[in-house]
Amino acid sequence: MTTVAVKPATMAQALTRALRDAMAADPTVHVMGEDVGTLGGVFRVTDGLAKEFGEDRCTDTPLAEAGILGAAVGMAMYGLRPVVEMQFDAFAYPAFEQLVSHVSRMRNRTRGKMPLPITVRIPYGGGIGGVEHHSDSSEAYYMATPGLHVVTPATIADAYGMLREAIASDDPVVFLEPKRLYWSKDSWNPEHPTEVEPIGRAVVRRTGRSATLITYGPSVPVCLEAAEAAQAEGWDLEVVDLRSLVPFDDETVCASVRRTGRAVVVHESTGFGGPGGEIAARVTERCFHHLEAPVLRVAGFDIPYPPPMLERHHLPGVDRILDAVARLQWEAES
Amino acid sequence: MTVLEQRGGYRPAPPPAWQPRMDPAPLLPDAEPYRVLGTEAAGKADPDLLRRLYAQLVRGRRYNAQATALTKQGRLAVYPSTTGQEACEVAAAMALEERDWLFPSYRDTLAVVARGVDPVEALTLLRGDWHTGYDPHEHRVAPLSTPLATQLPHAVGLAHAARLKGDDVVALAMIGDGGTSEGDFHEALNFAAVWQAPVVFLVQNNGFAISVPLAKQTAAPSLAHKAVGYGMPGRLVDGNDAAAMYEVIGDAVRHARAGGGPTLIEAVTYRIDAHTNADDATRYRGDGEVDAWRDHDPVQLLERELTERGLLDESGIEAAREDAEAMAADLRARMNRDAELNPMDLFDHVYAETTAQLREQRALLRAELEAEHDDQGDLDDQEGDLR
Ligand SMILES: Cc1ncc(C[n+]2csc(CCOP(=O)(O)OP(=O)(O)O)c2C)c(N)n1
Repeated sequence: MTTVAVKPATMAQALTRALRDAMAADPTVHVMGEDVGTLGGVFRVTDGLAKEFGEDRCTDTPLAEAGILGAAVGMAMYGLRPVVEMQFDAFAYPAFEQLVSHVSRMRNRTRGKMPLPITVRIPYGGGIGGVEHHSDSSEAYYMATPGLHVVTPATIADAYGMLREAIASDDPVVFLEPKRLYWSKDSWNPEHPTEVEPIGRAVVRRTGRSATLITYGPSVPVCLEAAEAAQAEGWDLEVVDLRSLVPFDDETVCASVRRTGRAVVVHESTGFGGPGGEIAARVTERCFHHLEAPVLRVAGFDIPYPPPMLERHHLPGVDRILDAVARLQWEAES
Repeated sequence: MTVLEQRGGYRPAPPPAWQPRMDPAPLLPDAEPYRVLGTEAAGKADPDLLRRLYAQLVRGRRYNAQATALTKQGRLAVYPSTTGQEACEVAAAMALEERDWLFPSYRDTLAVVARGVDPVEALTLLRGDWHTGYDPHEHRVAPLSTPLATQLPHAVGLAHAARLKGDDVVALAMIGDGGTSEGDFHEALNFAAVWQAPVVFLVQNNGFAISVPLAKQTAAPSLAHKAVGYGMPGRLVDGNDAAAMYEVIGDAVRHARAGGGPTLIEAVTYRIDAHTNADDATRYRGDGEVDAWRDHDPVQLLERELTERGLLDESGIEAAREDAEAMAADLRARMNRDAELNPMDLFDHVYAETTAQLREQRALLRAELEAEHDDQGDLDDQEGDLR
């Protein structure tokens, strides 16, 4: 477990703190990417690092994602711990080849002789009014690639603790940062412990008896809001924040679903071929006899991410979640 | 005879002494950016052309100012200004024939407008109502590309296809200095040279990729030098000199059309405004640098040339300003109207024929919207929209 000494005010600040503390603690940690130096990143997550640690440790690279991640592979082969920033979700795609063909499988190819401790930070998801290519949720692609850890924090404490852990990990970690929570102070709940669970563990953010909302990243606050709203209709919802998509915490998720007997998976990436399908299948396989209704999914529509003026219709909101919860009053058709 | 026999069996022939495929010297760019304004060459330029360039520059400057103002009023989500780069934008559009194609990057709205696309439609992406607001075929302008350098291979493919069809069409692809580091830039240049495709690559070197200065982007003597390694000519030109830009792009377009293959042009210019309205340029550059470039302003350079030669007087300047003002007023008025959006459009055009899956999701959204309207009691007004 990691302890946060001073409470940062926003998730972005917590990430900065995590990077700074990791760099101070371990001289092999190198941060690199587009605009991460002088500018401090377009989201200011790397703010001040170049000043404090020098440009060799926080490096503005040429504008080339495949080059950035490919170079990180070589650096990791030589004993460094690169933390690379991809500027936006859709701009990580040029690096996909490196991620899939090398980063994810170097340990396996070399029978454990050459692990790659690389952290790939990717701001992801919508809801900030970004124009085309600034709002993708690409987690399903990463989840489908064996050898990668895929994690996403939803609270300030997790942002700090999980990033420290990701950097310390001897395996590559795709660290998805829900960009619409960057400046949110709501995601910091003083009630939450400042000590965080390790990567791989899901956390029950709200306990309830009548159904479980299984969610992660940017959809966690939405689900918590939905759970509050559902109370008025007599639903006492439990909210499970997965935190880590790979590895997946079957234990926590299934324990919750067995208690409540009903589950809805909520995420903003597309539903078809999306993470929800995998999650629903696992829950069904493991909790079939406890289920009172099929596991439902509330996801983004199966369309290319829409322009900012229409994104509110695409993103799963409280109402869409509540409608799904209402459908959990499922009765077998005769 | 078998194939192997034809080739002389397994035994490879001894290697010929290596020799360069071509003499690189003619491909190399000039040491200094090419200039027309303020030189003898300006005297030979067609006065009418210079005046047309001037009118477009004044319009372009006004357009940048208007679009920037619209971001402040919340009418545009974001605007990457080309203030200071108008000469590149305008020349790119004007040097093409109607049948040619333009492949713009996200910064090149002005080139798109100068090509004839309706200014409001050109801003659709940046306003946020749809990803592309115009029909690419109408003016032969590809969608503005946000992922950097990815549109360059498209330009090569289109130009190649046109040539296979026997059409003398040229594609002009625009990119920033930072974008030249992407793999797609290199792959596009290589394809174009190997295929001798009729493409012109125009790099607007405006000094920065967001915060990263050129020196951290490349160690090459110039971006134009990169051409030589692929086997195409590289041209270095003053990007603030509209006459030079028009001439160099025009030459490259004619060269490509005549079957001479691709050219890489580096226009040396400067981004006067921040990267976008969302960027804080004071974090990475000082005012002194910007001021120096203001003295080399593309509009002023041409205006000075024209007035000194007696080709433009106060009334001519006034006429250009009035024309630009009218364009801006029209843009303002139309952008201030709320965009008419139908959420049901989300499901159109994902596939040529929509799927059952999308029809289901469409019905879900429709039901949600109807419930919303019911709550607000205004379903009658909106019903028509909900097709
Ligand atoms: C593949 C990709 N990576 C990153 C980005 C994010 N990004 C947008 S503009 C920009 C800088 C571009 O600089 P340059 O190519 O010099 O063009 P300019 O903005 O100066 O016109 C970056 C890094 C992107 N759009 N696409």
